[in-house]
Amino acid sequence: MKQDTLYQYILGIADNSLILGQRLGELCGHGPTLETDIAITNISLDLIGQTRSYYQYAAGLSDEGITEDDIAFLRKEREYRNVLLVEQPNTHFGYVMVRQFFFDVFHLLFLKELQQSADETLVAIANKAVKEVGYHQRFSSDWIKRLGDGTEESHQKVQEAVNDLWRYTDELFYMTEADKAMFNNDIGVDLSHLKDTYYETITTVLSDATLAVPDNTYFQKGGKDGIHTEHMGYLLSDLQYMQRTYPNMNW
Amino acid sequence: MSDAEVKNLEALFEARIARDEKIEPKDWMPEKYRKTHIRQISQHAHSEIVGMLPEGNWITRAPSLRRKAALLAKVQDEAGHGLYLYAACETLGISREELYEQLHSGKAKYSSIFNYPTLTWADMGAIGWLVDGAAIINQVPLCNTSFGPYARAMVRVCKEESFHQRQGYEIMLTLCNGTEEQKAMAQDALNRWWWPSLMMFGPTDAESTHTEQSMKWKLKRKTNDELRQQFVDQTAPQADILGITIPDPELKFNEDTGHYDFGPIDWDEFWQVVKGHGPCNKERLEARVNAWEGGAWVRDAAMAYAEKQEHKKVAKAS
Repeated sequence: MKQDTLYQYILGIADNSLILGQRLGELCGHGPTLETDIAITNISLDLIGQTRSYYQYAAGLSDEGITEDDIAFLRKEREYRNVLLVEQPNTHFGYVMVRQFFFDVFHLLFLKELQQSADETLVAIANKAVKEVGYHQRFSSDWIKRLGDGTEESHQKVQEAVNDLWRYTDELFYMTEADKAMFNNDIGVDLSHLKDTYYETITTVLSDATLAVPDNTYFQKGGKDGIHTEHMGYLLSDLQYMQRTYPNMNW
Repeated sequence: MSDAEVKNLEALFEARIARDEKIEPKDWMPEKYRKTHIRQISQHAHSEIVGMLPEGNWITRAPSLRRKAALLAKVQDEAGHGLYLYAACETLGISREELYEQLHSGKAKYSSIFNYPTLTWADMGAIGWLVDGAAIINQVPLCNTSFGPYARAMVRVCKEESFHQRQGYEIMLTLCNGTEEQKAMAQDALNRWWWPSLMMFGPTDAESTHTEQSMKWKLKRKTNDELRQQFVDQTAPQADILGITIPDPELKFNEDTGHYDFGPIDWDEFWQVVKGHGPCNKERLEARVNAWEGGAWVRDAAMAYAEKQEHKKVAKAS
């Protein structure tokens, strides 16, 4: 492939949207209120839409005549590049919102930088996505505050989710070889540069929500190099079910 | 109010309906009109949100990204329909919590069709094509019904349902133009969804208890059997285009009447499902109850937070 590094870079961005969109899709029809149900489905829909734009671009770079669906459905687990955070299960609404919040804050900072990329297609995708993700972050931050500063029960539940998911935040700033190469070409984003602002925003919202910022500094990573948590295989067996069972068909 | 005054108001009310005027929430209305509308609108709202479950079942397994996005959008539309139908119902003086309570206790009904399982991807096509198709036939006349909030909600619902139906038919068409395996999947879905779809129009006119009053209030414009016939007439040629067979050996176009004749419906099955003993009644209701009960702490938190914010505002102002 002529532009293999760019291809890998795009997948690294898009896989986060695909896997989080997939996770949120599991919740459709099961939300605590109809309004949150609609909002969460909407976020899922935005993320799947972004995924399609990235994969369509990536598919065009490949000289193997592949489609967005080949990229989405027909890779092995080790070939998915998403961070571990987004594949974590929907343990309860607190986990769903904390996972969302931890990702949204990163996602928004990332897209704002990607808008400055030398790659026009990525800029166009980022320009559209940044509006959507701005809304996602408002939604998840508001819920972190409601749950944190709501009842004793909600405070305890959301704190538990914050503590559990905290270890997956550092990986957001880990740079793969493709990330570094694309940054050096003025196409990619310098992730390390986002880190301070990220933790500042997180700390501000958690404090507003009367939640404690974990002092745990033992972080997990691996997803961006294709080494996932045990949850990933099950997620993929749902995601890939049709394409694996009925290969080479149009739907 | 004396009996004579009530009689007088009733006469004025019936005259307004006869003139095709819309009845609005603050207008006087007979108690029976209010109750009938709460029953029907809430039943409709419940059907929308229970209806999210069988289709939601395939979101994570949709075969392409395009289909996944379309299915998410569709199920989200249904949630939206539920939302504005509940809102229309609330204008009649009942809260959403009470309405949920009626659903969860089994007191309120929802469309029985959603008590059938979705077993293959083709079911997403069949539901769009048949179930949404039947729903549209049931619902289009409601765009002109006498109760204003319901009529206005239905205009929007019908537009979206008609889009869903085309989407469902397009799924079927893709399958039927696909491999033998895909076509068999489409045929199997039609076999399973055909009869339950015909049952969506309710019991035969002779058995229907609410028809007469509902016709008078323009809550219904055609009888169950008339609507069912319209559905069969519309759908049979569509199955021919797909090249799949409706599972009814007696289905045949009748030159004399200009309509399709069709075989007898299994009313025992219909009543079994209505009474709560269909293949998925238990699972659907459980899913709704679990979502509601499991989400109680979230709703409590939102309430508590809003109250705290309100206190802060008051404290600041004083």
